[in-house]
Amino acid sequence: MNATRARDWTRPVLYLMLIGMAVFYLLPVYVLLITGLKSFAEVDLQRMWDLPQGIHFDNFIAAFEKLAPNLWNSLRMVIPAALISSMVGSVNGYIFSKWKFKYSDTIFTLILFGMFIPYQSILIPLVQFMERLGLRGSITGLVLVHVIYGIAITTLIFRNYYAGVPTEVLEAGRIDGAGFLGLYRHIVFPLSIPAFVVVLIWQFTQAYNDFLFAVVLTGNRTWPITVALNNMAGSQIVQWNVQMAGALLTALPTLLIYILLGRFFLRGLMAGALKG
Amino acid sequence: MTATPLPSARPAPKAPLLRKHPLHDRDRRMAIALAAPSILATAIFVYGFIGWSVRVSLSNWTGLMPDYSFAGLRQYIDLASDGRFGIDVRNTAIFTVFFLVACLALGLFLAILLDQRLKGENFFRSVYLFPMAISFIVTGVVWRWLMNSASGTRISGLNLLFQEMGLDFFSRWHLTDPPWGIAFVVIPAVWQMSGFTMALYLGGLRSISEDLREAARVDGASELQTYRYIILPLLQPVTLSAVIILGHISLKIFDLIVAISQNSIALDVPSVYMWRTTFDGNNYGQGAAIGIIMLVTVALLIVPYLIYSMRTEAEQ
Repeated sequence: MNATRARDWTRPVLYLMLIGMAVFYLLPVYVLLITGLKSFAEVDLQRMWDLPQGIHFDNFIAAFEKLAPNLWNSLRMVIPAALISSMVGSVNGYIFSKWKFKYSDTIFTLILFGMFIPYQSILIPLVQFMERLGLRGSITGLVLVHVIYGIAITTLIFRNYYAGVPTEVLEAGRIDGAGFLGLYRHIVFPLSIPAFVVVLIWQFTQAYNDFLFAVVLTGNRTWPITVALNNMAGSQIVQWNVQMAGALLTALPTLLIYILLGRFFLRGLMAGALKG
Repeated sequence: MTATPLPSARPAPKAPLLRKHPLHDRDRRMAIALAAPSILATAIFVYGFIGWSVRVSLSNWTGLMPDYSFAGLRQYIDLASDGRFGIDVRNTAIFTVFFLVACLALGLFLAILLDQRLKGENFFRSVYLFPMAISFIVTGVVWRWLMNSASGTRISGLNLLFQEMGLDFFSRWHLTDPPWGIAFVVIPAVWQMSGFTMALYLGGLRSISEDLREAARVDGASELQTYRYIILPLLQPVTLSAVIILGHISLKIFDLIVAISQNSIALDVPSVYMWRTTFDGNNYGQGAAIGIIMLVTVALLIVPYLIYSMRTEAEQ
């Protein structure tokens, strides 16, 4: 039936390779899980590969107690950032795909460049600027920064998505008397749900996983979880097993999104990777 | 099934919405007005700030108080003979080469493997790709313990695993040994990014028509020859995209190094040096110069690509 089907004897070999590779990717997860489930008494760096004897949550509780405020900081930063970003991206994408104006393609390319720059090249002015606005150290400031530096990718994803909406559909709406806003509200926006999901997931993941902006723009009361985890890992006082549990806790929100909505996650990834 | 459509492959239509009708002027003005805040924000936060950074890099600014006294290229000249920056450049070069080669090779291998229409394909694809969802900080923290290079009775992590499996030969890495310590940091980076490379290649493979493969087979080509002479050449644009994306990630790599090296100079890279010298050492002028050097390096890779894709889109 299938022309690419491998010959029979090769199949076990192929499966063996698939499984072998899966072990490589899952190895750290295995260590994270078994370490997290050990009691404090069992934890020993020299026995880190041994299975736990029974199920304990000592490490998770210890990590959660340390990181809970930071997890909360992350969430209340990431959710508004993702929501605002997706709105901005949607309107921009609509304009740059359906309402092109003079030089709009060039402007779009100039915007895109912002997606690739190393943020070290704007970091000093950014910190000075946020300091002057009184936003350094605040969650609001970090939200603003993620929205602004997210303009490029969110506009790109929506623009590519809207390019697939036939212009004739909009022209029909136009004949019915709809203007710029009417077309957006009644035709474009209702069609955009899949793109919104992609962008929301993408921005959520980006802002949540960010370390650089967070570490220079927040203070110890507003640290998101990535900064707190890194500090925890750098301290001599916190045991490695608690660090591992903390790492798993930090990974959990984006991991859940990946498991539940992986398809959309992948699409964001691809849009971020390829252009034109 | 997933051959995910690449949304980016669709070009925006050339003809804008009903361009000529005079009644649309009001709508067009509104469009421009609504795009203006984003354009302005990019103008300030990207281009304005780059300009500002350039200015700082040409100053003597050290210390908490801004000092814009003109220093010419002094910061850049000093960096050229700065030992630590030399290590950083070497580390970035080693890291980038190993990272690119490993990601491309492994990504292509996994994509071809998954393209054999085996059962459980979706499951395996998800397993290879999940590290992408995780923060580099998490990856760094976990792999730092996995790659712990302590030996003897304090042996742990992967070294311990290898020892228990009788593969002592492998348990010889030392993250802190220059210059090859940085090459080992490629392992967690590849762990995180090879799945993504695989997804790119798989998308490419799935877009190659079955007819083409069938035609090759009819002509008597073996499976291996089909890949070698038909499929691989068709994947070249994917490789280009992957090199651009992975390359710019690699040149900017920051969080992973911070988490895994915990201040070891042997694993230093420009992005970390910039952060340390600016915000710990208050050497703003020097920090800005490193930032601008990084920008130029990344721009050399990205700008031709952006111009190229803009041109190809305009031609369509």
